[in-house]
Amino acid sequence: MIIGNYRTQLYDKQKEEYLPATQGLGMFVEVKDPDEKVILSRQYGSEGRFIFTSHTPGEHQICLHSNSSKFALFAGGMLRVHLDIQVGEHTNNYAEIAAKDKLTELQLRVRQLMEQVDQIQKEQNYQRYREERFRQTSESTNQRVLWWSIVQTLILVAIGFWQMRHLKSFFEAKKLV
Amino acid sequence: MRHPCLLILAVYIAFINATELTFELPDNEKQCFYEDLEQGVKFDIDFQVIAGGNYDVDCFVSDPVNSMLYQERKKQYDSFSHTTTMKGVYKVCFSNEFSTFSHKTVYLDFRTGEDARLLPDMNGATALTQMESACLSIHEILKVVSDSQTWYRLREAQDRLRAEDLNERVHIWSIGEAIILFVVCIGQVLMLKSFFNDKKASVATST
Repeated sequence: MIIGNYRTQLYDKQKEEYLPATQGLGMFVEVKDPDEKVILSRQYGSEGRFIFTSHTPGEHQICLHSNSSKFALFAGGMLRVHLDIQVGEHTNNYAEIAAKDKLTELQLRVRQLMEQVDQIQKEQNYQRYREERFRQTSESTNQRVLWWSIVQTLILVAIGFWQMRHLKSFFEAKKLV
Repeated sequence: MRHPCLLILAVYIAFINATELTFELPDNEKQCFYEDLEQGVKFDIDFQVIAGGNYDVDCFVSDPVNSMLYQERKKQYDSFSHTTTMKGVYKVCFSNEFSTFSHKTVYLDFRTGEDARLLPDMNGATALTQMESACLSIHEILKVVSDSQTWYRLREAQDRLRAEDLNERVHIWSIGEAIILFVVCIGQVLMLKSFFNDKKASVATST
């Protein structure tokens, strides 16, 4: 699970400082999974919080665009974005968990260790998947190099033969040979 | 490969204790990250270039009065640690301005301050029992394991992206070479034939 928090501030050129909270400035958040499929696409205000869970392992893209039609970011206009992204084990709010399950301090520590180990195991699964992909890519490169070398040699030889035969018949037709 | 989509001009990293980001740095551009820190806080920066060109980037770290704390050019990966001497906004900048056409993917790990406490009212004043200190040391070791997994993941990503790039280049150039082979060989024969045709015609007219 990934939790993202952001907060935006617009630079006020007259006061030469960043305004505390921008009214009307929205941010469009788009999250794409490794297969370029959009899993989250929403408009939030100048402050927002987005949560999503990854279902496929790999590189996800998190994009934030500002819809600055109202507050046009002219040349020299600046927008300050505070961004906080928490992934996996860091998304747990241990105070909440302790209160909900009524855990003692020791039990809470053990729970945290369990979460950490869970995270490590997930990362190891992901590692296995990546290694397989890497191996497939290398084998594909190897095959391609082999196959194309053979094809190009055959093309070369075949065209050589065709050239000689064609020219021979051409010269015979011209009565030069 | 991946379209650059960070259109924001200044990014603040607001976090409890650590932030890891992998971002794309387009060619001829500079990207900066800012953090508001108190005095006497220790922070660590790790960065590594995962993809693009020669896998190198310029990195600058400056303090609130704009004096350079760390300045390196064309580094593939590095670590930097510092304890703040003043309160204010610290800046970490990455520059790809020396590159004309390759955009880089850079991984950044910015760790600051102490670990957040598990519970708000847990404080280190009372002595820990043996169980609790055992839990704490296991927690620290697991953090080291997690960090080394991250390091391994980055190395693997770098090699895999390079291998995929190689695969694509082999594919495209093989097809290109086969086409060039055809065109050149047939072109040779046609040109040769055209020499003899012209000569025959000129011979016929001269005699």
